[in-house]
Parts: sequence; structure tokens; C-alpha cells
Amino acid sequence: MVAIETINLEKTYAVGFWRKKPRVALRPLNLTVEEGEVFGFLGPNGAGKTTTLKLLMGLVIPTGGTARILGKNIDEAEIKAQIGFLPEQPYFYDYLTAKELLEYYAQLSGVEPKERTRKIEAMLERVGLKDAARVQLRKFSKGMLQRVGLAQAILHDPKVIFLDEPMSGLDPMGRREVRDLIEELKQQGKTVFFSTHILSDAEALCDRVAVIHQGELRGVGHVAELTSSVAGKVELIWNGSAVPDGFSALGAECHMSGETIRAVVPEVQQEAALEILRRERLRLNSLTPVRSSLEEYYVQKVSLAAKPAGAAR
Amino acid sequence: MSRVVRIAANTFREAVRDRVLYNLIAFALLLSGAAILVGQISVGIERLVVVNLGLTAVSLFGVVIAIFIGIGLVSKEMEKRTLYTVLSRPVRRWEFIVGKFLGLTGTLFVNTFFMAIGVFAALLYVSHKFQSSDAWILVALFFIVLQFLILCALALLFSSFSSPLLSAVFAFSLFVIGSFAEDLRGFARMSRGLAQGLATTAAYLVPNFSALNVIGQVAHEQPISAHLIAYNTAYALAYSAMAICGAVLIFERRNLK
Repeated sequence: MVAIETINLEKTYAVGFWRKKPRVALRPLNLTVEEGEVFGFLGPNGAGKTTTLKLLMGLVIPTGGTARILGKNIDEAEIKAQIGFLPEQPYFYDYLTAKELLEYYAQLSGVEPKERTRKIEAMLERVGLKDAARVQLRKFSKGMLQRVGLAQAILHDPKVIFLDEPMSGLDPMGRREVRDLIEELKQQGKTVFFSTHILSDAEALCDRVAVIHQGELRGVGHVAELTSSVAGKVELIWNGSAVPDGFSALGAECHMSGETIRAVVPEVQQEAALEILRRERLRLNSLTPVRSSLEEYYVQKVSLAAKPAGAAR
Repeated sequence: MSRVVRIAANTFREAVRDRVLYNLIAFALLLSGAAILVGQISVGIERLVVVNLGLTAVSLFGVVIAIFIGIGLVSKEMEKRTLYTVLSRPVRRWEFIVGKFLGLTGTLFVNTFFMAIGVFAALLYVSHKFQSSDAWILVALFFIVLQFLILCALALLFSSFSSPLLSAVFAFSLFVIGSFAEDLRGFARMSRGLAQGLATTAAYLVPNFSALNVIGQVAHEQPISAHLIAYNTAYALAYSAMAICGAVLIFERRNLK
């Protein structure tokens, strides 16, 4: 079953003093996320990730198109009982304690009164805030606020969870815990849609990712498919005193360490590189294909923007 | 409906934790000081002075709270983004606005209740006993609460589309103009042509706070007619409801950037 579906969802803001100048925040977006998937939404700052999430949460009104969550239109308030949302750099009512805040959100989400206390205590324990349950949020560190944010997003046991930059502001341990939590949610069959620009997290966690840049979807698919679509490279290692002429013309990245030379060349130039080494009578130590990372795919998609519009297609 | 109540309760809790009710201490000091002073320097008009001063203070303290909290009810939540985690739940935007309104009016009601106790205590101190005409003070207090209803609704309306500073300016200006609404209506009756049209429109558009101010009358122990009580109640409820509807209509279309 489809968990999240956007159909030509778009947003244009009217800016300027007379509000007549359009600023496109999101071009028509068509995206489908299946139930139980962990979906990464990647893009640089200002790409349109947060706008998309706000549109899905009903915080921003779309200029065009529509979106459905679990088959229901996002305008229907009832569907939100099935949604959990962690905004970017969350800020909460700082006059409340962590326990009071979760109680308030549980009430708003319609959690049954008899289950409320048990769920809140379990959640505080799960995010490591049991000892700080009665401390006002104004005394919380950024990392603790992020934990409260995660707790409020999953407190009511939603089916679809949206996380906007969930690792932002966390130390390495905190990031590890969030990753574990997302893994756990996946094992429970939840759908997790999270935006990030930390590609290693996306690569490690996501079933599928989408890359967005300048409000436009640049690519979407399984991580393995996307990385294999990037033109491959090979690494050659040999011993020598200098990089032979002709390597730079092949677009090689060369590094020398003592007598050892390491060159990474595009896969299509492999034969030409070997020919140069044979001609120079140099002995090849190894030749290894270089696995493309999500980062390379991401850089390729995002850097298309730097080229003229015609060249980008 | 329960979500409206939850939001109202949270708004009330915010006001209490932000020490809004501390104004009661200032009020208590002001009133007890005034009662002692009046008891010493005035002869025969102690009641008049205490009622006048007490009710005016109740009104002014409440107006300041209504405006300064009301203008931040929506804009502060948007600025701090606390609204995101509320509206991403099964909470409709109108429920949020109505909940906020009820929370603030509830805060003002509690505040006014304690101030009213203070006024009656000061009155007892200077008069040594209550008399039947003191019951009209309750009507004056009720009218003050009606003023707060209108002001809260207006502050919320302005807060739904403009900055806190501008909202404060708008709300306070309307309070001042509305306090002279009867004069504005008199001016409209005397004017001619375009000026009359404009003055009449303005006179009926601004909230009629002057009709809700009966402090002078009750201080002079004059009764308030049942007709005025019914009319003012209906007027304040209708005016507040319209302002809240306006706030909801605007807020429903707002993008939370």
C-alpha cells in the first residue's frame, strides 16, 4: 500500500513589497513512498525539503497539486492521528516539563487517557530522558530537545513518521541513537520519511532516496540503483618515480606516496591507462573497480544546476 | 471540542507560568495603599473614590494583559515554531484559535475574580459594611470582562496577520477610539455629507467600549438597567465572535513559513 503520495504538489510564494514577484519553492512534485519504507529526502539547504514536509503536514498551503497519506487527502485532520512529525531544530513550550509536553501532545493526538501515562513513561525511557522528565524544557540542551522532539513524534504510535533533519545538532552518540531508532521503527513496519543532507546516514538507513535541488526533483530510486547509474571508476596502483605523461588527459586523479602511485580513472579510460603503463614498462600492482557512493550520485544531480538549463537535461 | 479545551488549558498554564498573575500583587498594593490614603483624607466620598479607583485599575490591568498577551498568541507560536507540532496533529486551525482565545479570556477572568475580591475588601475597609447598591459593582465588573472578551478577540485577529508591534498598536488604538465611541456617534449625527457617512461607518465599526464602561454610574450608586445588561452582553458576544471568525478566516489561509 502507498503510504505517501504527492501529485503535482507545488508551492510558489509571492514575495516583494507588493507580493507580485513569484518565488518557486517547490516545482510540481510527483513522489510515491510505499508503506514500511525508510525514505530519504536529500538536498542542499534551501532545496525545498522543508517546504515539502510543511506541505505534507498542512502547515503550508499548496499552490497546486495534492498529496495523500495512507490514501487520505492531507486536508483531512483525522489522518494526522496516523502521522508523527519532527520539525527541523524543534522548539517546544519551554515552560512545560518534558512529561507535561508529552502529555499535552498525547491529549491532542487522541491517546486514550488510561494508556497515556504508560506511553509517556515508556517514551521518556526510550529517548533517555527519564531522569529529566520533570525538568522544564527551558533548561534542556539542544540534544535533549531533539530527543523530546523524537519522543513527541512517535508517542502516539503513528504509522507514518516525518523527520526533518533528525540528526541535526546531535553529537555522534546522539546520531547513532537516532539511527537505531529509525531502524527500530522500520522493523516495526513504520514508514519513515526523513530529510537530511548527511548522505552517510541516508545511505546506511534508506531503502530509497530522492534528491531535490532548487525545488525540483532530480532523481529517485533505490540507493544501489542510483549509485550504479553513476559512471564507474577504476583504481590503478603501480610503482614508479613519476606519473607518466598522458594520465592527466584521461581525467585521472593521481596521488604519489613514496614509490607508489595511485590513480583513479573513469572506467571507460581503463584500457588507455593500461596502455600507457605498458608503453612506459611500468609494473601494475593492482586494478580495482571503485564503488560509486551516494555522494557521487548526489553531487552529480545537484551540480546539474550549475550548468545551463539546456545542458541539464 | 476536547482539543479546544486542551489548548485553552495550556494557554492558561503558560500565562500562569510566565507570571502574568503577578500583576495581582501590584494591584493589591495599589488598592490597599489607596484605601488607607482615602480613609485618611476624604470625608463622605471614600466609597466613591475606592469604587472608581478600584474598577478603573481592574480595567486597565486587564486591558494591558489582554493586549500584550493577545498579540503574541499566534505570532509567538509561529515565530518560535511551536505551532508546527500542534498543527501536525489532528488539530484544526479554528480549534487552535478558539482554544487560544478561551485560554486568554480564562486567564483574565481568574485575574478579574481576584481583583474583584480586592475591590470589595478595600470597600469594606473604608465603608465598614456593604450596602445593596454595591451589587451594581458586580455588573460593572461583568462589563469589564465583556470588554476583555472583545479586546482579546481583536488582539487575536490582529495577531493572525501582523507583527506583535503592529498588533499592539492596532488593538490599543481601537481600545482608545472605542472608549469614545459614543462621542464618535454623536459627531456622526452632527456631520453632513461624506463626513457623516465616514463617521457613522467608523462609529459603528469600532467596538463600543464606552457603553461597557459604567464605573462612574456604579460609583454614584446608580442602578444599571436590565436592558443595558442584555444589550451589552449580546453586543460583546457578537463582536467577539465576529473578530474570532475573522481571525480564523485569515489564519486558515496562512502559510506557516
